[in-house]
Amino acid sequence: MIAPSRPGETMAITTTQLGKRYGTTGNSKAKWALRECTLDVPEGRICGLVGANGAGKTTLLKLLVGLARPSSGSVRVLGQPSDTPAFLRDVGYLAQEVPLYRRWTAADHLSLGANLNGVWDGEAARERLQSLDIPLDQRVGTMSGGQRAQVALALALGKRPRLLLLDEPVAALDPLARREFLASLGAAVAESEGGLTVILSSHLVSDLERICDYLVVLAESRNLLSGDLDGVLASHRLLTSARRDIGSIEHQHTVLRVEHTPRQTSVWVRLEGTLHDPSWQSEEMSLEDIVLAYLARRPVQAADAPAAIGGVR
Amino acid sequence: MLTFHLTSHSNVAPYLQIVQQVRQSLLAGVLHPGDQLPTVKDVVAALAINPNTVLKAYRELEREGLVEGRQGVGTFALRRPDGPPPAVQAMLGRSLARWVDKARLAGFDDAGMESLLRATLLSAADEAIA
Repeated sequence: MIAPSRPGETMAITTTQLGKRYGTTGNSKAKWALRECTLDVPEGRICGLVGANGAGKTTLLKLLVGLARPSSGSVRVLGQPSDTPAFLRDVGYLAQEVPLYRRWTAADHLSLGANLNGVWDGEAARERLQSLDIPLDQRVGTMSGGQRAQVALALALGKRPRLLLLDEPVAALDPLARREFLASLGAAVAESEGGLTVILSSHLVSDLERICDYLVVLAESRNLLSGDLDGVLASHRLLTSARRDIGSIEHQHTVLRVEHTPRQTSVWVRLEGTLHDPSWQSEEMSLEDIVLAYLARRPVQAADAPAAIGGVR
Repeated sequence: MLTFHLTSHSNVAPYLQIVQQVRQSLLAGVLHPGDQLPTVKDVVAALAINPNTVLKAYRELEREGLVEGRQGVGTFALRRPDGPPPAVQAMLGRSLARWVDKARLAGFDDAGMESLLRATLLSAADEAIA
């Protein structure tokens, strides 16, 4: 059951066969960090980007923000190709290592933001930090990790971006600080009323399930799945039955994993239509199980097209 | 102001949990027609959930005629859903509380009570069909 696309949605991001190879062409050591990545992310969504370490998440984010040039394929961000600098005005990017000066105060950072950006909403940034009881005159080096992350987020939001890219922003935070960071992020998206799109990479699937409404799964440099989160949840099932051949399932649906015990057969599938055979017992899969099924699936066949669920292609 | 809470160990989708909590608050008289529901931003900031989850819940409640979204102002309760009046609700709630006390004395834990309640509801449904 592939969920229908939502009509009339504008894309914040469109990539077509996007690839990035590090090292010189012809060099046998040259390595694809990302390949054949075709995906769309509609405007106004919070998109989770998930995958094993080295799967290409950071590479994809860098390509989107123009910090890396595509080796193949193309990328459009907010309707523009990413090799024009004009779009950068509307894009915020928070790298994995929170980029703050430890000896500077939050207020110092906000002044820097005002000087570096044409559009700057310093008032909103100050209010954001004050509402979180973060002292503006304290050096960020003496703040907690959660407070530093909030300062970085306030800075990133200060330029009023239409697209915000966050590379594992909560990885180093404790559960409470993580929750508070995601709450601030969600509130900023709610406030924008569809004008802010967020892409957020994380290993914490339970966080993504709460805060995201769109999902991209990368594994081994490839895009395995992208789509509306509700559509993703609706289209994946664990099927169980007395031990049997899975030919009929394979024929119609995409099998992610099979397990045979002497008595029972379990199949983790992405349904590509209605499941007709009632002799399979069908259970919903949690998002965690869905992500794990994709990450554990290998080797990836070259002919294996990524699924765009609830997508637009 | 109404506050929502979500449990992630539930088979009920988050947006439906919000729908049910609004419906229940209206039934119990905690939320009255004319009252404003929390803004999307407030709910998102309190629960760290996706704004579209809240919008979806409010749209569903609007579709049921229980709330009304006013452009640029917010979302307001319109009417109680069909169901027993608050007094009857309160009475049933009190008798259920007495039952819970009895069950706890008898050694039931929460999970045990929940499964007993579910089994009873199921067998009642079977009888209704038969």
